[in-house]
Amino acid sequence: MPLFTVLRGFTVWMLVTPVLVVLAAWSQWDAASADVWQGLLHTVLPEYTLTSLWLCLLVALGVVSMGSVSAAAVSLFDFPGRRTLGWLLLLPLAMPAYVVAYAYTDFLQYSGPLQTWLRSHTGWQGALWPDVRSTWGAAVVLSLSLYPYVYLLCRSALAERAPQLMEAARLLGAGLVRRIFRVALPLARPAIAAGLALAMMETLADFGVSSYFGVQTFSTGIYKAWLVMDNRVAAAQLSSFLLLLVAVVLWMEYRAQSRLRFVTRRGASRGHESQALRLHGWHAALAFVLCVLPVLLGFVLPLLIMGHALWVGSQQQALPWAAFVGWFWNSLKLGGISAVLAVGLALVLAHGVRTRPTWWRRFSTHLAGLGYAVPGVVIVVGLLMPVSWVQGRWPESGVGYWLTATLLGVLWAYLVRFIAVALQSIQSGYARIPVSADETARMLGSSGRDVFARVHWPLLRPAAASALLLVWVDVMKELPATLVLRPFNTDTLAVMAYQLARDERLGEAALPSLALVIAGLLPVLLMARAQNPTK
Amino acid sequence: MAPELSKGACMRSVSPSQWFVKARLTLLAGGLLLGSLTGFAAEEPVLNLYSARHYATDEALYNNFTRATGIKINRVDADDAGILARLKAEGAASPADVILLVDAARLWKGEIDNLFAPVQSPTLLKAVPEHLRAKQRPEGTRWFGLSTRARVIVYDKQKFKPEDVDTYEKLADTKFSGRLCIRSGSHPYNLSLFGAMLEHLGPAATETWLKGLVANLARQPKGGDTDQIKGVASGECGVALANSYYLARLLRSDSAQDKAVVERIGVVFPNQASWGTHVNIAGGAMARHAKHPQNAVAFLNYLVSEQAQMYFADGNNEWPVVKGLSINNPALKAMGGASFKSEKLAASVVGMNQIKVQQMLDRVGLR
Repeated sequence: MPLFTVLRGFTVWMLVTPVLVVLAAWSQWDAASADVWQGLLHTVLPEYTLTSLWLCLLVALGVVSMGSVSAAAVSLFDFPGRRTLGWLLLLPLAMPAYVVAYAYTDFLQYSGPLQTWLRSHTGWQGALWPDVRSTWGAAVVLSLSLYPYVYLLCRSALAERAPQLMEAARLLGAGLVRRIFRVALPLARPAIAAGLALAMMETLADFGVSSYFGVQTFSTGIYKAWLVMDNRVAAAQLSSFLLLLVAVVLWMEYRAQSRLRFVTRRGASRGHESQALRLHGWHAALAFVLCVLPVLLGFVLPLLIMGHALWVGSQQQALPWAAFVGWFWNSLKLGGISAVLAVGLALVLAHGVRTRPTWWRRFSTHLAGLGYAVPGVVIVVGLLMPVSWVQGRWPESGVGYWLTATLLGVLWAYLVRFIAVALQSIQSGYARIPVSADETARMLGSSGRDVFARVHWPLLRPAAASALLLVWVDVMKELPATLVLRPFNTDTLAVMAYQLARDERLGEAALPSLALVIAGLLPVLLMARAQNPTK
Repeated sequence: MAPELSKGACMRSVSPSQWFVKARLTLLAGGLLLGSLTGFAAEEPVLNLYSARHYATDEALYNNFTRATGIKINRVDADDAGILARLKAEGAASPADVILLVDAARLWKGEIDNLFAPVQSPTLLKAVPEHLRAKQRPEGTRWFGLSTRARVIVYDKQKFKPEDVDTYEKLADTKFSGRLCIRSGSHPYNLSLFGAMLEHLGPAATETWLKGLVANLARQPKGGDTDQIKGVASGECGVALANSYYLARLLRSDSAQDKAVVERIGVVFPNQASWGTHVNIAGGAMARHAKHPQNAVAFLNYLVSEQAQMYFADGNNEWPVVKGLSINNPALKAMGGASFKSEKLAASVVGMNQIKVQQMLDRVGLR
């Protein structure tokens, strides 16, 4: 398939260039960046590194516990409200982390309504609890908005075959705890690892929450080096350390997956007769509470707070409803186009690795996924630097114009940033299709194309649907690249929410924020229906 | 036609097909020439704007311009640094005509990086005072301030008196220990203020002053200016730094919550007895590769017209750069109107100090 080879080559090149440009910054070492480095090393760099690692650890604990526990509850057990909770648990995906941060800060801070009310009614003095704007607060907010990655991937891994295997283990006399740790957990581990890798990369790249909370992470350092010191070289060099960290995360995740491929040596059977274990009494209540809490804290409560802010704001001035339709449509459109592109390209890459897992193909695919952990602004730099070089070299080519006057630039940035999301999902889908299935099909005389169309694709469809959903929603929430690279007159909901919040008008920012949540709900609900394995 | 054609072809011994190619080329060239000529004669009525102004109410300002001139405005809003990065990458292909930025140091940066085109406009030169625009050169001036905002001190009226905070230097006094609230020191508004302080006090004294600020912090810097003001009103902070237009917005608000905030706080324009209160500049420039230069100048001229300047004052609570307008904004009047003494440092000074200031902040541990 020479066409595929060309396509794969182009995809890798396109996705990797901005990341490589960041790494190439080391070759531009000069006195100014040496000075910046000296300053950083002796002052803030150790703190940035420690804070980032600490935040990652806390978020990892948060997303794995919330994501896997809720996924296990809805796919292995049956209890009242299970089906509804199955898709309710996805809702925080539609909630941008920075909106959750705005909401909780507004509600919980010293001068917020809750503390003010408590002080005036109880006579208590001073701060009633620690400020939410701290590393701990950031960890909670990020965990609440990122756990659905683990949940979604873990649930689809479990739902396919876990009930049957759990039942078999039960019939063989294994106790519940043993069944969970010996059957369900190994089944879910690749998915948990994939979800965790996504959450970690998202945490490392986060700027919205940590800058609002004044938490000094590595991204903060990159922003300062670039925006304040005006030293893009130093910023790019700092980013390369972040990339190194991500490479480690990806490598660990890859190891986890490759060791667990044996798990799926049989294709998904159609054992519909096996039933999830029915829970009663306080067991059912516990499962219910464990599933309801993430939804309440990650979605319902922030939604209510923002809704209240919106209502207060609408008392003071009329809301620009007419402009909304445009913002809403732009968000949906950008998300949809990039989601389809990302899933298509991820299929091409993952299929390449599957059919001939050469060292180079595996490596280049991993390299392509690195963009996810790079703060959006750095991707913008990585993308603009080569373009400006080409533009300067061949002025009549007009590359600079095409990049920003059309959707090309912003779509490119989205793909660099979010291809990892699609890749994670598709690759963990591939991991569950036994290689023996390919071999059998080939031995029975199928062409490579047939194997994909008749074996891989039908089995990959749920994973592709998850990928589509995740990228779609992620793109709608994306900010830095959208802000800088979008063409004229294409304001999106995220951009408007940011502009208003930046102007410190949280009341008005509530409207686009809520609309963003609603726009994000559309794909979430669509996909929840399309691949509902708990029905 | 046909006989003449063959005759002409014979005379120059050019075959009909060659003639056809030639004719088409001539036509094409003529068309291009005509097209570019008309392009010079009358620009299409479009203006491409990159704006770092993030004020929802600016929409009305742009609409007024379109109504008055028939020139349609295409707009991308982003932040200052993003706009400058985008301009650099687009190079000569950039569609941008006018750039609006909201920080003096960034305006200076755009000028230094050669992203702006020099503008010759007597209207702008007359309207904008010299210290609020780029240096005037023979080829023109590269950016113009359009409005200003002051960095004022807000204090808790129950705990302090105005004379406690009548200079920026006093914020480092030990009496404010555990009382001071500011947003991140790396925010452009603070960087510009600290850059100005560096110019007035010198490096050693500035670093000592910054250390004093850190020692006085009531909490780690977080949130925006409005958060600091609310912190003072709730009693969590005793003094805070804030930009004047955020304060004015609270002063004009109808909500009971905001009224309670305003009730509790006092405002001081610092350093009236010395170099004056620090002001930052929001300004505009023509892009170096502007495709609609006439429209760009028309738009910049419009922004210093009385209508637009009044709009900055009334709509967004900024001080207009044009003198002698009667401002009709109760909040600006309540804060001291246009009568306060403002600092008159060149933007280049503040701009050049930015990196030094950030390194100082890292040393003293101000986030």
